Amino acid sequence: MHTDDGQPSQASPCYTLSFKRLGELFLLLEDDGFQIIGPTLQDRAIRYERLKSPDYLVHGYVDHQKAGCYHLEKQGDLYFGYTVPQDSWRRHLQPPKETLWNVKRSPSGFDFEENSDDLQTKRVFFGVRPCELRAIEIQDQIFLKGNYVDPHYHHRRDGLFLVVVHCIRATSTCFCTSMGVQPFCSNQEDQKSHARPDLALTEIEGQFFLVRPGTHRGAQYLNRLELEEANPEDLEIETRLSQVVQRDLKRNLNLNQDHLKEIMDLQMESPYWNEVAQRCLSCANCTLVCPTCFCSTTEDLVSLDENTTERIRKWDSCFHLSHSYIHGGSVRSSVSARYRQWITHKLVTWKEQFNTEGCVGCGRCITWCPVGIDIRSEANRLRSQWRGES
Amino acid sequence: MLKLAVWKFSSCDGCQLSLLDCEDELLLITEKIQIAYFLEASRRKMKGPYDLSLIEGSVTTSEERERALSIRKNSLLVVTIGACATAGGIQALRNFSQVNQYISQVYPRPEFIETLKESLPISHFIPVDYELRGCPISKRQLLQLISSLLVGKRPSFPTESVCAECKRKGNICVMVAHQTPCLGPVTQCGCDALCPTYRRGCYGCFGPKETPNTSSLAQWLNQESHLSPKEISHLFRSYNATSTSFQKESERWNVKPSEIYEKDKKEEDKEGKNKGGQGRPKDLKKGSGKKED
Repeated sequence: MHTDDGQPSQASPCYTLSFKRLGELFLLLEDDGFQIIGPTLQDRAIRYERLKSPDYLVHGYVDHQKAGCYHLEKQGDLYFGYTVPQDSWRRHLQPPKETLWNVKRSPSGFDFEENSDDLQTKRVFFGVRPCELRAIEIQDQIFLKGNYVDPHYHHRRDGLFLVVVHCIRATSTCFCTSMGVQPFCSNQEDQKSHARPDLALTEIEGQFFLVRPGTHRGAQYLNRLELEEANPEDLEIETRLSQVVQRDLKRNLNLNQDHLKEIMDLQMESPYWNEVAQRCLSCANCTLVCPTCFCSTTEDLVSLDENTTERIRKWDSCFHLSHSYIHGGSVRSSVSARYRQWITHKLVTWKEQFNTEGCVGCGRCITWCPVGIDIRSEANRLRSQWRGES
Repeated sequence: MLKLAVWKFSSCDGCQLSLLDCEDELLLITEKIQIAYFLEASRRKMKGPYDLSLIEGSVTTSEERERALSIRKNSLLVVTIGACATAGGIQALRNFSQVNQYISQVYPRPEFIETLKESLPISHFIPVDYELRGCPISKRQLLQLISSLLVGKRPSFPTESVCAECKRKGNICVMVAHQTPCLGPVTQCGCDALCPTYRRGCYGCFGPKETPNTSSLAQWLNQESHLSPKEISHLFRSYNATSTSFQKESERWNVKPSEIYEKDKKEEDKEGKNKGGQGRPKDLKKGSGKKED
């Protein structure tokens, strides 16, 4: 999916897609029964919602993100000048609250009825960022590749058409390259192990897009549009754009992954955890905005007439006391234990559990932490303590 | 039939109204429940014992204290409804001052007023089986309580933060995106993130969540949102002002400027004595009410 230096691959066919032709692509997809979801402007922030046409895309905004602070500013004329918003696509693949089944009393006992609303929808995710694509891939690993397949996730995932938009800006909380993700992904054959977008777009100075197919399905749509091949000058602009974003990412604070397992293993009893617990609110925001977090809990709602019960599944977090509740109490009663569980799982034990990274470097947990706790600084602090000890 | 009693103590009636507010469900409730004592709904009073007593309001007089004891004796289950009954309510603000001063200012004949010095939650006087938080309570939680008790299931009221509900709902964070001070990260959920849904910061009417870290939030509001110590103190002093963590936090930021001066002066005198009269000038900022660990 990406090359080592993050340069877009020049080998795969690349076409020019004007804004007008983008509208035609939307129509083609809708005619085939797809519902398009993409970035919209709401509440002075970006949200992934139903997009009726490209006219509803967020135009001329850039975002400024830092630890505990998000600010959207009207500036320039780019359609994708901002980076990742608060919510990720996870909301649409693993909804925050969903009914799993209903049960009714019947003369013979109980009748169970599985909830299958909204499962078979064909949907386009338009404007998926490379880090978000990787997050979807990680969630695929969890929900689809293990011993137990989650049928609800499976149905939603099955109907997806993915359109990736490359990042031409990085905000201060971005650190995707630390986690092995590149802001530009191309369609190299040797990168088969990674999820492929159906289409990958690069916005060229707010004028038009360069588009590459990643799947046969994606290529078919481009064929139907009969687009012109991109000219070398535009490809050069694209290369420059990718260099700029790479440079910005290098300037950002990064998360060094070397020896991280060793570091975490040795620091399990460090006084550092109590120090971070003085700042951490255990409010769970970091986990609820994370595109890879997957924890859920269930709740049974009994109707007043005592005849029906609804089982609901909702997002949960390892920062909740109830998350580690077993007979007699919570295993991780202190905030320090919960923070330690979160960061060690996200950065180290996740890999042992699922054989993938747990973090994609999107920086949401940094921006949307109400008190600006930065996973990069915290990991780096653990590292410097370890250096001091060894 | 479950025999229900609804009791009013020092309160505004808003939580009892939530029960009457269950318009669609009210008929179903009355099919399953016998309303034995509920003066806001009916004049008819039935004698106890009761299966379920819902108590609204806090204890502010000695008469109320006695009444709480007798309700407990007469009820199988006692559930407090709302911030007043559960935490003392907005009227517990008087716990921070001298109630006699108010009485003489408000009433022309203060000698007729008999009141306790403090407004206290019901659980201060009697054991309580469940507590419903909020000002007012959530109708949804009330119905969940009743339906759970009817089928003999333990009701589940999550003790996590308002943020959890807010994020599930898909609200954009008012604190991070709009810089609006919000108590959501330290407040218990249950309200379905009502205020942030309407782009306002959480007022904390459901009281402190499990393991609340008020000092970290307060420090952030002071340093990053530039709230003054007085504003922070006021933020924590509302419907749940006497809940332990909220009270501590409001007190931490409530140092009056004169007190800072007094405190510094005392310290200066002390130091001066120790060092043979050579007191060093004090940095006023040091004592500006910030948390002193």
